[in-house]
Amino acid sequence: MSGAGPVVPSPQRGRRLWLAAAAVAVLAACSPQDSGSRAGASKFHGIDVTGADYGTDFRLADPQGRERTLADFRGKVVLLFFGFTQCPDVCPTALSRAVEVMRLLGDDGTKVQVLFATLDPERDTAELMQAYTTTFHPGFIGLRADLERTRETAKHFKVFFAKVPTGSSYTMDHTAMTYAFDPQGRLRLAIRHSATAPEMAHDLGLLLAGR
Amino acid sequence: MAVLFALSATGAVAQVTVKDPWVRGTVAQQKATGMFAHIIAAGGGKLVAGSSPVAGVVEIHEMAMQGDVMKMRAIPGGLELPAGKAVELKPGGYHVMLMELKQQLKEGETVPVTLVVEGKDGKRENVEVKAAVKALATPAAPMQGHKH
Repeated sequence: MSGAGPVVPSPQRGRRLWLAAAAVAVLAACSPQDSGSRAGASKFHGIDVTGADYGTDFRLADPQGRERTLADFRGKVVLLFFGFTQCPDVCPTALSRAVEVMRLLGDDGTKVQVLFATLDPERDTAELMQAYTTTFHPGFIGLRADLERTRETAKHFKVFFAKVPTGSSYTMDHTAMTYAFDPQGRLRLAIRHSATAPEMAHDLGLLLAGR
Repeated sequence: MAVLFALSATGAVAQVTVKDPWVRGTVAQQKATGMFAHIIAAGGGKLVAGSSPVAGVVEIHEMAMQGDVMKMRAIPGGLELPAGKAVELKPGGYHVMLMELKQQLKEGETVPVTLVVEGKDGKRENVEVKAAVKALATPAAPMQGHKH
């Protein structure tokens, strides 16, 4: 093809610009002061991980003992958070935020499925998971597996967790990222703990609109 | 709101005021939760320990994000209380960790917690707190821009 001179943006140049924009988005996402003030480098507040080769699916039991996978939630935006119920701070904060996100979405809130997967299956029994998650919202589902599958699942989602002894008991360090899947069940966003409910509602609104 | 002063036989006290103490409610079988409050030690000191009839173990913890990983630790040596300055124990920062809970903590109840504050002179005093139990689903901070 002729005429592809310097005045026409080459694919390479376009790609460089895109990469620069992505770099800005990543930097902005790393800054704690940036909430809500970003100038449109990405349409999402969360980290866009579309096409990631991790976090493609899971197979975990709900409190009734049924094995669940992403296919069960087609047509809904799925929010998946890994944590543990003995957690005084991050986990209830993330789940309360999810309740608020659903409220902000109005009627579309019914198209959001929140899943809370435990990283502490030794203490988080099915009964406890059921009581804990439904206290936040009757539609939330607690998921668990044995320790081995919990480890495999966490690894597949790049979720770090470790038991930390304290007193005569233990607490857990863990990745506090919320993952968002689109209605087709594709992993799309990794949402930081610092994200606000309005930011998340904005992002989920886009996913529900097929973007 | 509860404002309680420590009792001490000596004059050299940290003079501790605890405001708005609250505990995150639990569900049955849940064995741990956090207490939050504003603490002011007029004379300065350190929050070094705690106890409660509802918990087998009470520790002073700090939550911190390292990258995207949440870490929670007992604060070695206790939580510094600068003289006259309010130190906020809140989600996303410090909390009094109540572990090995002996009962479910239900919204609307109050939980007695004894905080141990060490003054600059090394003397320890007990501060009795009655913490209000709030809903498990209490958000980290009041939501802005809307009414329920």
